[in-house]
Amino acid sequence: MMMYGDLAHEADPIIPPGHSSSGSLERLLRSRTFVVTAELDPPDSAQAEDVYRRARIFDGYVDAINATDGSGANCHMSSLAVCALLTRAGYSPVMQISCRDKNRLAIQGDILGGAAMGVSNILCLSGDGVQLGDHPQAKPVFDLDCMSLLQTGRKMRDDHMFQSGRKLTSAPKVFLGAAANPSALPFELHAQQLAKKIAAGAQFIQTQYCYDLPRLRQYMSCIEDLGLLDNVFILIGVGPLRSARAAEWMRSKLPGVHIPDTVIQRMSGATDQLTEGRKICVDLVQEIREIKGVAGVHVMAYRQEEAVAEIIQRSGVLAGRQPWHPRLKPAD
Amino acid sequence: MYSVRRWSVRHARGIEIFYKGFEKVLVTLHPLWNAIGYERLEKPMAAVEKVVKGILFDCQMCGQCSLSSSGMSCPMNCPKTLRNGPCGGVRANGHCEVKPEMRCVWIEAYEGSQRMVEGKQAFKIVQLPVDSRLKGKSSWLQMARRSHP
Repeated sequence: MMMYGDLAHEADPIIPPGHSSSGSLERLLRSRTFVVTAELDPPDSAQAEDVYRRARIFDGYVDAINATDGSGANCHMSSLAVCALLTRAGYSPVMQISCRDKNRLAIQGDILGGAAMGVSNILCLSGDGVQLGDHPQAKPVFDLDCMSLLQTGRKMRDDHMFQSGRKLTSAPKVFLGAAANPSALPFELHAQQLAKKIAAGAQFIQTQYCYDLPRLRQYMSCIEDLGLLDNVFILIGVGPLRSARAAEWMRSKLPGVHIPDTVIQRMSGATDQLTEGRKICVDLVQEIREIKGVAGVHVMAYRQEEAVAEIIQRSGVLAGRQPWHPRLKPAD
Repeated sequence: MYSVRRWSVRHARGIEIFYKGFEKVLVTLHPLWNAIGYERLEKPMAAVEKVVKGILFDCQMCGQCSLSSSGMSCPMNCPKTLRNGPCGGVRANGHCEVKPEMRCVWIEAYEGSQRMVEGKQAFKIVQLPVDSRLKGKSSWLQMARRSHP
């Protein structure tokens, strides 16, 4: 029997009672397993092997792989195509959809197409502004925003219809997610924003990078006060810092990333900054796991993807569990 | 104008009260609008609305005004035209990730909504995406028309 793989290859995948999808991510989260997801850096190439090589790095350490949709408003291979390749090999992807580049027609078409190819998880994002990316001349679309995208996805799945009301002959069985930024102030506004996303259909959350634990704890207690912890699975975003300089660059240039001075000082005080960055990440993962309401971590190790395995292993969050991957022999 | 737009958010409470009265007048005058003809009124009314709301809110004439649920801060001034709250890119100083010199439209909206009576609750409701067909049309006339289906 296949364990924890998305059952995309099966003609009629089984959706457990109370689940929205047949995906392994939802199954793990609902069984209260601490999950690990990671972000795949999509290639600037037309080679499938470039995708597989980037996915294999995570084998045995992550439960799902996020296929980004032009993150940072930079052009790369599309998330739909990356997902198609990943599901073909048996991986469990999280298809990211940004509202920046596509209108509601294109987005709904992608949701159907993605689901048809075995995508079980969709992360609904507003998207970064085009002005910040490599094609600032581009026309920003933003026909929908993350909220209306969530509502649209839920309508397609639960009501079997397009946003227009036109019927679908088969609904996309997808687990819907959204992003959040636990470091952004004021907490009340951003916690309220999360409540709105849950109301719009978000079932899981993958957050922006978190380097400030006190802030994260405060944010999580805000979420708890709003009574939201039972309604959503929250995966906290983490990532190893490459150097003190890179950390400085990230906090000044990446929108919404907050890195406290103490972390920067710890980085600049180290002789081997690369190793220190990974150590900090391991420490963060271990601390984050203990915070009430945290369902997992989302590792974004941009250009350091090879470090993910080491970080996950050293943090011990998998507790001996080996996430399913295509090279694993099917167990009987 | 940016400074006037921010003034409007600071006076969201007063504007909300005024708007409620104004809405009543618009709705009450439905027979008049009907007699003249909504179609015929569309252009002149939209022109007036554009000037007035343009001054007060930097209105972009999306045709489906959501000022009452966005703290009197027009969401169409957000570079991503988000209709449902701030994105995750807000800077630590509350400014926009895309236009660093501008305060985040939705941080402003939150502050404005906290000053309002009904706007506080309305802020929490998920807004529908924009209907592109209504762009440039008068939302005031629609308000009057909708009240008499």
